[in-house]
Amino acid sequence: MAKKIALLQGNEACAYGALYAGCSFFGGYPITPSTEVAEIMAKELPKTDGKFIQMEDEIGAMASVLGASLTGAKALTASSGPGISLKQELIGYACIAEIPCVIVNVMRGGPSTGMPTGPSQSDIMQARWGTHGDHAAIAVAPASCQEIFTETVRAFNLAETYRMPVQILLDEINGHMRERIELPEPGDLEVVSRQEPPVSPDQYLPFDPSFGDVPPLAAFGSGYRYHVTGLNKAADGFPTTKAKLVDAEERRQLRKVEANRNDIEKNEEYLIDDAEIVIVAIGTISRSARHAVNELREQGVKAGLFRPITLWPFPERRIAELADQTKTIIVPEMNLGQMILEVERVTKGSCALHGIGRVDGEPISPSQIIDKVKEVC
Amino acid sequence: MAFDYEKYLRPGKLPHIWCPGCGHGIILKGLLRAIDTCELDKDNTAIVSGIGCASRLPGYVDFNTLHTAHGRAAAFATGIKMAKPEMNVLVVGGDGDGVAIGGNHFIHACRRNIDMTYVICNNFIYGMTGGQFSPCTPTGDRASTTPYGNPDPVFDISKLAIGAGATFVARTTSFHATQIDKLIAEGIRHKGMAVIEVLDDCPTTYGRRNKFRSVVDMMKRFKELAVPVAKAATMAKEDLEGKIVTGILHREERPEYCEQYAEVVKRAQNL
Ligand SMILES: Cc1ncc(C[n+]2csc(CCOP(=O)(O)OP(=O)(O)O)c2C)c(N)n1
Ligand code: SF4
Repeated sequence: MAKKIALLQGNEACAYGALYAGCSFFGGYPITPSTEVAEIMAKELPKTDGKFIQMEDEIGAMASVLGASLTGAKALTASSGPGISLKQELIGYACIAEIPCVIVNVMRGGPSTGMPTGPSQSDIMQARWGTHGDHAAIAVAPASCQEIFTETVRAFNLAETYRMPVQILLDEINGHMRERIELPEPGDLEVVSRQEPPVSPDQYLPFDPSFGDVPPLAAFGSGYRYHVTGLNKAADGFPTTKAKLVDAEERRQLRKVEANRNDIEKNEEYLIDDAEIVIVAIGTISRSARHAVNELREQGVKAGLFRPITLWPFPERRIAELADQTKTIIVPEMNLGQMILEVERVTKGSCALHGIGRVDGEPISPSQIIDKVKEVC
Repeated sequence: MAFDYEKYLRPGKLPHIWCPGCGHGIILKGLLRAIDTCELDKDNTAIVSGIGCASRLPGYVDFNTLHTAHGRAAAFATGIKMAKPEMNVLVVGGDGDGVAIGGNHFIHACRRNIDMTYVICNNFIYGMTGGQFSPCTPTGDRASTTPYGNPDPVFDISKLAIGAGATFVARTTSFHATQIDKLIAEGIRHKGMAVIEVLDDCPTTYGRRNKFRSVVDMMKRFKELAVPVAKAATMAKEDLEGKIVTGILHREERPEYCEQYAEVVKRAQNL
């Protein structure tokens, strides 16, 4: 059967991906360049008995998403720049209380109001370390509109599987560009929902590690009464300051992601096998990088592209391997050196490393990457 | 027969953290009596709070309980109610939590007239953090951050709620223990945003600094200053100066938010 084809903006693809994944709640507050996500959800959710609410601010939006998720809903919010900064306290709440939810960040520059209509990739580190305290993080960074759709579905699946917040990082260019999309039919893509408790209400502890690193989450109103708090808690969900319990809880929450890297990580490699120069890039800049690789290959330069689709956890094992087999890694990014810090940490000086940073609202072009390659090789 | 509080408590989580003489315990008992009067089903009731001494209340009661971040309770509660309108949603918190950091969420929950019952424990101070002034600390009073007397004007929570659009607003004090449950029960029965402001005492961080070292002194003050609404209506404005008007201050019918959204759903689906 012929697939349904649509011409969609990245932000729209994200919204339709969320609906495909079964999202039934959106809480938001408008901010450029993320607004279209909210607009599509406002239009589509009531058609499927879902709920859309425009809250009084981004903190309220994030709070409403967490409240909704506790009732069993798959919940989404979308924002940019200052809005994401405001959400950080409650993103931390989602981490410690282990509440699944998806946060779209259509990145714009900053600090503060920055450049509302300009593209940026400057929240790479914020997506990892934005909220306070130690916690795991999952963030995906799709490059095309088609991939925004599928990665949004995957983001919900990861949130539900690991019972935690998952961020989708877009960069304004892919949020606003329009591309042809093949819309998957129901069943084409896997859709995962959170595990319900396999035990009766009187035996249920919402953070019981004997279930494994991801304890099942009962919905409020389903007969399982339990307590949720942002304080460090014991297996029953109630606050504790007992050193052993707090330590075990913190480590379990990190392990949810660390022990499941194989399931969570996803990368794209292009002409990597014999590459002497590897370009590491995400989102729209990876598209410039692919162009650059093609042109460089035509000119006889052995270049390749490594594109993290899952940005966090960072694909450290694979990048370390690449560093051992190539001479040079180049990291072009629309910020002044965030992802390169991580590449540097991982490669530990085992190959030459160069960055290209840009924060003037213009994307990094293929020729800029080619020039850099010629300059350093 | 004596009221069976244990039916609603989580005995394993007691004793509570509150200081001897703290008014929050009186409000907890009133809340439970109100829930009992309204025969709320435990499984179908969520109790949400923010951060503060008052906000520890949900931990002690056997419902779906959510202890959120400072000031955000009303917004979390909005998400619960929107996603599952069949649930009874109650919010409990302090004055600092509700109308300082949470002021924006509070007024907008009132404006939406979403069907929840917000019990706000106004002890005129930030108890949990050790007695800093709140927007409800009387002007001139001492707090740890107003060592020379509080220069700030006071927020009147009930007036704020009425002004913001809450359709049921009531006020009482921790002295009027039997009125607390009646007003909360009325609030629960009311369809829409119900705000019940309970003035209560914090001997530890407010009383100690403001000549109410003993809880009895504070209770006496509540008793003396309280004027029921009906009586207040007959009194001159000057005579009401400094008094605490108690009872149901405001009640109106206005479309409730989740019902309004149900209309949106119908329009979207052309039903
Ligand atoms: C974002 C944030 N800011 C500040 C605090 C610190 N804090 C905890 S409780 C509290 C005040 C609580 O006062 P109130 O709400 O009046 O409740 P009470 O303790 O008096 O019952 C503050 C400021 C916090 N936990 N989070
Ligand atoms: S500090 Fe005040 S509000 Fe907090 S428990 Fe003690 S008396 Fe109550």
